[in-house]
Amino acid sequence: MTELGTESARLEIIGDDDVVRVRQLARSYAQQVKLSLVDQTKLVTATSELARNTLTYGGGGAAEIGIVRDDHRTGVRASFQDSGPGIPDLDLAMTDGWTSGNGLGLGLSGARRLVDDFELDTEVGRGTTVTVVKWSR
Amino acid sequence: MDRVPILRIGDVLLVSIQVDLQDQGVLDLQEDLAEQLSSISARGVVIDISAVEIVDSFIGRMFATIASVSQLFDADTVVVGMRPAVAITLVELGLTLGNVRTALNLEKGLEILRGTRGRTGLEWAQPPPEVTR
Ligand SMILES: Nc1ncnc2c1ncn2[C@@H]1O[C@H](COP(=O)(O)OP(=O)(O)OP(=O)(O)O)[C@@H](O)[C@H]1O
Ligand SMILES: [Mg+2]
Repeated sequence: MTELGTESARLEIIGDDDVVRVRQLARSYAQQVKLSLVDQTKLVTATSELARNTLTYGGGGAAEIGIVRDDHRTGVRASFQDSGPGIPDLDLAMTDGWTSGNGLGLGLSGARRLVDDFELDTEVGRGTTVTVVKWSR
Repeated sequence: MDRVPILRIGDVLLVSIQVDLQDQGVLDLQEDLAEQLSSISARGVVIDISAVEIVDSFIGRMFATIASVSQLFDADTVVVGMRPAVAITLVELGLTLGNVRTALNLEKGLEILRGTRGRTGLEWAQPPPEVTR
């Protein structure tokens, strides 16, 4: 996936307030690359879901959010990383409505629908990294 | 952390969410509302989200929970003022808010609670931008 440049920031995710910070940071980059209001809302909602997963299931971690460019597009990339338990059954975790806790089971599957690129790396016992990109059109 | 104020207008409880709430703030609001519902005989709850920029699964779940809790106290809940971008995102996220009543604005929400209108489901201020584009 396209790498982040200098226009990026890293946030630790260790509490509820960090999820709010992630939303705010994602919003500000989304505005910088002039995503439409609907696309801003989709991206920010996706980052909110992923940051909360990092906190709830990953036991905390970090987010890296910033601007990405390729030959003809600009976008916002957000990556969420934790060293938690990992996801044993990815297909199940990506299923709408499946939760191992008491959520709605919509965070992962919903976030994937809300963004353009979605990448999930997980290993049981090592942790999980989810990276998403929303491109401006 | 500041708690979201709950206003009482006649027999209706009005909550207007004006800040980007932390998850704990969402849970606090849920509890405060349950508390109020149990202590006064309210006809309904109106949650005004016209200032809310995103609704994710956590807040969405709060709407559903409040709707169910208010039912236990014989009160109805109406969520009003949803922004179009939020509505589009909610649908794509997969959050249906099936048992949550929604209305265009505060006035319509209060009308619903007065029982003069029975419409449920999403009502748009204008067609969603992606449909008209
Ligand atoms: N970072 C993570 N580390 C470990 N497990 C995870 C992580 N993210 C998600 N999961 C697992 O995937 C499941 C599905 O996640 P998803 O976000 O879709 O739903 P949820 O968090 O359970 O509910 P919701 O997000 O709708 O409130 C979780 O219940 C959890 O078991
Ligand atoms: Mg989740």
